[in-house]
Amino acid sequence: MSTTVPAAAGEVTDDLAVIHHGRPRLSDRARHERRLGWLLAGPAFIVMVAVTGYPILNAVWLSLFDYRLTNPDGREFVGLGNYGMILSDGLFWRQFGVTSAITVVTVAVEFVIGFALAMVMHRALVLRRSLRTAILVPYGIVTVVSAYAWQYAFTPAYGFVNPMLNLDDYNWFGSTVPSVAVICLSEIWKTTPFLSLLLLAGLAQIPEDYLEAAKVDGATAWQRFRRVIMPNMKAAIMVALLFRTLDAFRIFDNVFVMTQGAQGTETLSFLAYRQTISRVQIGLGSAVSVILAVLVVLIAVMFVKGFKTNLSQQRG
Amino acid sequence: MTTTADRPASAPQLATTGTGSARSRGGERRRQVAWVAAAVVIIAYALIPVLWILSLSFKEGDDINNQRFWPSALSLENYRIVLSSDIFLTALRNSVGIAAIATTVSVVLATLAAYAVARLEFPGKKVILGSALAITVFPIISIATPLFNLWRTVGLYDTWLGLIIPYLSFSIPLSVYILSAFFREIPWEMEQAAQVDGATAWQAFRKVIVPLAAPGVFTAAILTFFAIWNDFVFGITLTSTEAARPVPAALAFFSGASQFSQPTAPIAAASVLVTIPVIVLVLLFQRKIVAGLTNGAVKG
Repeated sequence: MSTTVPAAAGEVTDDLAVIHHGRPRLSDRARHERRLGWLLAGPAFIVMVAVTGYPILNAVWLSLFDYRLTNPDGREFVGLGNYGMILSDGLFWRQFGVTSAITVVTVAVEFVIGFALAMVMHRALVLRRSLRTAILVPYGIVTVVSAYAWQYAFTPAYGFVNPMLNLDDYNWFGSTVPSVAVICLSEIWKTTPFLSLLLLAGLAQIPEDYLEAAKVDGATAWQRFRRVIMPNMKAAIMVALLFRTLDAFRIFDNVFVMTQGAQGTETLSFLAYRQTISRVQIGLGSAVSVILAVLVVLIAVMFVKGFKTNLSQQRG
Repeated sequence: MTTTADRPASAPQLATTGTGSARSRGGERRRQVAWVAAAVVIIAYALIPVLWILSLSFKEGDDINNQRFWPSALSLENYRIVLSSDIFLTALRNSVGIAAIATTVSVVLATLAAYAVARLEFPGKKVILGSALAITVFPIISIATPLFNLWRTVGLYDTWLGLIIPYLSFSIPLSVYILSAFFREIPWEMEQAAQVDGATAWQAFRKVIVPLAAPGVFTAAILTFFAIWNDFVFGITLTSTEAARPVPAALAFFSGASQFSQPTAPIAAASVLVTIPVIVLVLLFQRKIVAGLTNGAVKG
């Protein structure tokens, strides 16, 4: 992982400018480059944007109608009526609360565990290979499988957790808080490795001299962590937290498999699914989808503003 | 990835005081033991849920109710049930076929785009990267529900193509980031040298960059495969029958089907079977996957 060549493309344009004496008119080569650029990137761009852009615009449009798939003739323009109905519904706010709680809890726990994992992966010389291989298993595993594994472990009839904790036949899926807790456990187990690998990349970029210097100056391990490691990893931490937060906020698979939204564990993604697919309330479901998308954009904006780092600069 | 070089670096500083050195060597050993312990804990953390589902898959009959982590006897009965179930086998065929096609197309398109983004100057580059970033963070369900309507009207609902298309849109952004990071680290002068020697930009791309970039492309392909193999949201929203339903979606509907007296153990067996490709890829390409994830996400 050597350092990246900054703005490699820019250097070449400069070279060309020198060769062609000045830059006002585009040289043949530069024009060729422009055309080739879109020729190569165009197909990917179209696939990305057409398949996401059109549906989302379509969803915005449909969200303005009272439209049920089973009654297409009864389709009626209601303006922002669906939004009003959703936002004034206590159930929506409850689901918003559940989703937010899952997001905050999982990301916070994952950040702590993920940082510890990254430190161990960075420092441990023994078992280095096994460690990294093991950590990739949860990352790669199918979320539905993870959900089943955790659900079965906590099921009173055949799980090993209750006997282990002397809980007899305590039903984890009988009320909201324990159900959400098990959902969080599965989510945390599955996604912490991703977060820790992003943090590991940040750790690897801190020059060892900084840590050595701090050590020589008598800084404790905690001081080195707070004053040297954290500030130098700001970008990696932001990217890791941002990606995990947005990912956690759209949690769906674990909820679907473990509870089907029962016991008040329904999240916003699940609500959008249930309205559109199960109840074929296309108008209402589309409105939920749009609200969810807007919330995700808001979170992203808050994050980037909060960290005062320009994401596009980070990601090049 | 740079290896840790901190341990040797502390030697000269210790050489000045003899007692300090001796004490530090003891501390060093203790610290090594602590690292090993930490590593073992992490490995256990990562593998226990996998071992649990594996163990469940070997439990036959009432053994499932023994509430113990390990099975009392190893039985392959659940695997026999799953492998003779049409629901699972067609789902597996769908998953393998769709993942293979979507991964291939996705990586080809992403490779071309990443090359353009990393190497060429053209207007609109920022737009491409911006929309790629927007898509990676977008809630999938917000796309899946409108696609559900659209696909029904254009006849793509419950077809392979109907799943492949959204898989492409959602996997290309990640590959573009990973690959443009890889491409930036490839020595740029070599391509220029080829162009000076008379090669066109296209030839320079094919003959010089492709061989150098192949490892990166391979990594992107593995990560893309993981993402597609894992998909659940599109799998359940855009399919309704065995015609296109992939394994994760089929797994979730196993329980409702009540085809099996008690579906838990067969579900565990099916879970193990879909996890095998993941484990094999991880075992073979651990370094590449770690490098790809860390490179694409933070650097570039």
